[in-house]
Amino acid sequence: MAEQLNQRDIYGKTLAELGRSDSNIVVLDADLSGSTKTSVFAKEFPERFFDFGIAEQNMLAAASGLASCGKTVFASSFAMFATGRAWEQIRNGVAYNKFDVKIVATHAGITVGPDGASHQALEDIAILRVIPNMSIIVPCDGPQAREAVIAAAGNKGPFYVRIARCKVPTVENKGEFKFGKAQVLRRGKDAAIIACGIMVSQALTAADNLAAKGIEVSVINMHTIKPLDTAAVIDAAGSTKGIVVCEEHSIYGGLGSAVCEVVAENHPAKVLRVGVKNRFGQSGEPDELLKEYNLTSQDIEKAVSAIVV
Amino acid sequence: MPYTEKQVQELKERSRKIRGEIIEMLCLANSGHPGGSLSSADIVTALYFAKLRYNPQKPFWPDRDRFHMSKGHCCPAWYAALAEAGFFPKEELKDLRKLGALLQGHPDRTIPGVEAASGSLGQGLSVSLGIALAGKLDKKDYRVYCLIGDGESQEGNIWEAAMAAAHYKCDNLCAILDQNGLQIDGKVSDVMNIEPVADKWTAFGWHTIEIDGNNMEEILSALDKAETIKNKPTMIVAHTVKGKGVSFMENVCSFHGCAPTKEEAQKALKELGCD
Repeated sequence: MAEQLNQRDIYGKTLAELGRSDSNIVVLDADLSGSTKTSVFAKEFPERFFDFGIAEQNMLAAASGLASCGKTVFASSFAMFATGRAWEQIRNGVAYNKFDVKIVATHAGITVGPDGASHQALEDIAILRVIPNMSIIVPCDGPQAREAVIAAAGNKGPFYVRIARCKVPTVENKGEFKFGKAQVLRRGKDAAIIACGIMVSQALTAADNLAAKGIEVSVINMHTIKPLDTAAVIDAAGSTKGIVVCEEHSIYGGLGSAVCEVVAENHPAKVLRVGVKNRFGQSGEPDELLKEYNLTSQDIEKAVSAIVV
Repeated sequence: MPYTEKQVQELKERSRKIRGEIIEMLCLANSGHPGGSLSSADIVTALYFAKLRYNPQKPFWPDRDRFHMSKGHCCPAWYAALAEAGFFPKEELKDLRKLGALLQGHPDRTIPGVEAASGSLGQGLSVSLGIALAGKLDKKDYRVYCLIGDGESQEGNIWEAAMAAAHYKCDNLCAILDQNGLQIDGKVSDVMNIEPVADKWTAFGWHTIEIDGNNMEEILSALDKAETIKNKPTMIVAHTVKGKGVSFMENVCSFHGCAPTKEEAQKALKELGCD
């Protein structure tokens, strides 16, 4: 059993670590610092932490003001509210101005669990991917959450880092993390699985099970959704019989759509999407919800089988 | 008041010229917002030529005072002031709203002197709050001025910022409400009443001053007073006349977002003594 880590805990620790070496970093939250773990930074650097209360629009627009003065601003809330409620402040304030605002949102996707549909962001990647100047990272596990946050801090411009609520199994032997560069975790010629976030470990489980049946698949951790590693996608399309894209997000507008766009324009190939299919979420335990919404390794295996036949 | 009669006269003269520039650039652009540009011209003039500390050669000088026009559609007044202050050549005013032009229909950060894009209403006070918080954090003594509109005050985001600026005791922040009483669909009081607006700001924890926002002496005096207020932000509720200075535009709702024709512009410039 792989080590299970909480990406949020790692976010909080990483933020404090960055805060120690860079006094230019300020952190904002909207009454969820205990959940997003920005509280770790707040405790160490109270003067550089601003709680905006339950007012995400104000938080993201004020982030622009702070960034206009040269600050590197981390702003956190749940993915639903950080991106949905404050979308236009992100679009017109953060992204249009190319400000160094790093939105690190927790509680993304269906695995938010019992809180139900209102809190389960399944559209956040889609609505931020369309915004120019925005970079998007969806780390696949705990250690990668740290790498994502460091990459966001170290690169200019607006970033969105999407992390989960629940503990995530650590993916071993990923190789070096490079922003914008996919990690090929295994190679096979029958199909390619391109996944992000918590779906990467599901994809690896599916790949093991498929190998036992004699089906060899590539597994690609597409941690950076934007800018997308198009070469990796084209290579996957060219070296296999088809691609299965897996994400804990709507099949509309997210990684699945991004892969389809690249494939359609560069190397037409069959692409099947494992994601949430035009539905709202609901209450339940994360594992139950992954089953209910067809986001398990078995669902990935089925999709691969449909390609390989 | 630390201003001599001569200084005040000069400022009045400047705002008259800025009104002329507003009319000329909007007529050339053939679109844009004259009403609010004219109502806010005296406030913008007072800020740029009596109050703000800036260096047009170094627009991002860290110690500069900041001005942010949250009601970004009134940027012709801002652009005219920035050009007059030397941030960019006056020639640029002629290309307002044209393809590839420096001066966009609503402000953006590529324009020297503009801190952040604006135009989507309700967000600029939050941006100014962020700048004020950065100033406190960096122990800078710059001041932050933000111009908002009365129609804009219908946006919820304004009140989120109002609450937070008082909470964080941003006495380096001074907002000015250009209360000209009109918005696109009609009178603010008919479309969505915001009154009693001064009471609202006071209730939100701001020091509130009410003035005639087209009276230079009152504007200067209020801006001076705001600097003395400690531990809370200041809101200057500036009662203005939409279209101020051009008789046939004054209090006429249709001139909110409709540029003057050539004939109207000629007539307006004559009235302003800018022909």
